[in-house]
Amino acid sequence: MPHIQRNEPPRGQSRPATARSTHPIWFVVPAFFVLTVFFLVPTLLNFVYSFTNWSSFKTSIDFTGVDNFTQLFSSGNLVADLRTTIIYAILVAVFQNVFGFALALLLERDTRLNRIARAAFFVPVIMSALAVGYVFQAILEPTGALNSILGFITGQSVNIPWLGSTTWTIVVVTLIHGWKWMGLAMLIYLAGLKTINGDVLEAARIDGASWLQTLQSIRFPLLAPAITFNVATSLLGSMNSFDIVQATTQGGPGGSTELLNIYIFRNFGEGLFGEATAMSLILLVLVMALAFPLIWSLRRRERIL
Amino acid sequence: MTANTITTVGIRNRNFRLLRKVSRPSRIIQPMAVVLAMLLLLGIPFWIIVVTAGKSTADARDPNLSLPGHWELAQNLATAFTQGNMGIALLGSLLLLVPSVFGVLLLGAMASWILARRKSRGVSIAYTIGISGVIVPPAVVTIVLLLREIGLQGTAIGMIGVYMGMYLSTVIFFVTGFIRTIPVELEEAARVDGARPITVFFRIIVPLLGPVLATATILVALFIWNDVFYALFVVGGQLDTLPLNLYQVASSGLYLQNWNLIFAYVLIMTLPMLLVFIIAQRRIISGVTSGAVK
Repeated sequence: MPHIQRNEPPRGQSRPATARSTHPIWFVVPAFFVLTVFFLVPTLLNFVYSFTNWSSFKTSIDFTGVDNFTQLFSSGNLVADLRTTIIYAILVAVFQNVFGFALALLLERDTRLNRIARAAFFVPVIMSALAVGYVFQAILEPTGALNSILGFITGQSVNIPWLGSTTWTIVVVTLIHGWKWMGLAMLIYLAGLKTINGDVLEAARIDGASWLQTLQSIRFPLLAPAITFNVATSLLGSMNSFDIVQATTQGGPGGSTELLNIYIFRNFGEGLFGEATAMSLILLVLVMALAFPLIWSLRRRERIL
Repeated sequence: MTANTITTVGIRNRNFRLLRKVSRPSRIIQPMAVVLAMLLLLGIPFWIIVVTAGKSTADARDPNLSLPGHWELAQNLATAFTQGNMGIALLGSLLLLVPSVFGVLLLGAMASWILARRKSRGVSIAYTIGISGVIVPPAVVTIVLLLREIGLQGTAIGMIGVYMGMYLSTVIFFVTGFIRTIPVELEEAARVDGARPITVFFRIIVPLLGPVLATATILVALFIWNDVFYALFVVGGQLDTLPLNLYQVASSGLYLQNWNLIFAYVLIMTLPMLLVFIIAQRRIISGVTSGAVK
């Protein structure tokens, strides 16, 4: 038990212990002050400034209605970047969870080697995403390491431009993203697997269930909370990503990996603040629109299973 | 009857052992698969980082698996350190990291205590607003606008405020849930002895928050240490941090192909986090997974 100082007069005894005196509201004031100034007010301003012509070229800021949005729509950026962001998020969620789950199954038993491997697969998670992006840019260059390895195996010179395809580069970049975060998904699936009662699995095995059967009908359903967490965080988190794409492709080739945040960063750099703000509002709406139904439906599935 | 049960159990056990024996080959295949997965998925990228960081500029132009003809790791590390301004960048990173983490934990824990203990409509609305940042992405462009208006754009204080604003929600979410599991009787015992709220909070509540504060520290520190996106908007060009300087080194044309220096930079930058991870491995792993599977 923690020691309690008693050098002050016992004031609380005379008064009734109401919530107001025992848990005073001023304790929340500093947190909500910071939250309001640095988070809530900018979020509200985002709604206002999306409808202005705010830029670095003018001194005045005027309301221009939905001009920014019609601009974004008619230039094709809105639809293209939204599409790219959603595809990116889905691919990341798939890769991160498939890799993470496969690693968790592979490293499930508590052996010395498995413990070392678990720690090793977590190292990319603690690395900077920007650094990971540069490392893979070097590996995936036409004259880079991957092509030289493939050349060594096939015996011919291989010159695949891994980051130069307008169709497949997004898959390559999301594979990198999945590689960086698979260790986190692995740990969460491992923790989920640990919560499953060993007796249930043993009973199933005695009854003659194969490894695949126990996986399918016992372990997978019981992993629902871990799946909820992993799918929700990877899907929503990757919509807000920037670093890996900026380091590998900067949104290219031909804008095929241009995420909303890449667009926001570039237009902000060019002084087009109004359009960047409008795109930022679209990101906000996109995340919110997906977050609530996603979390709700995954939670519901958890309850049914 | 008893003897009968014992034999059944005996047979079952034997069958079970037989089943285990059948799966023996997997005891050899599994470790081989683990080693293979580590070599292919981690070994190759990490090997390339180390050998490329040890090569001369000409050698490193096309990064591959080959060993450097002549190891220049020490020179490259020194060059990356001086040309990337890593000394100042390290101080800059710490200048942002330490106050942000301390502030977000202190303010978040204080607010969480009240939000967990008091029950009213107002408090539950405040809690909802408090955790909104777990999902809502920060409005990065208008953050810059606001910081300009209040004169904090490009300053460390502005950046610390932004990081705190972004992560208060996560801390409030984790800590409020944790405090709700602490019996309120512990506080009442102290109050009967005449302890004021501030004493109750720091003497009773805070010492019990160890595990959840450790989790929050890891999450927030990992994010701030590696953040480049928000830093580019708020302190880009004004303050040196490790990721910002890496971005500059890698995107300035001067270093376009200098993979040896870029990889040397990556090595130095990853080292502190790697050391922390090796030392506090158990804590970090249990911290990251706690709360996820409940």
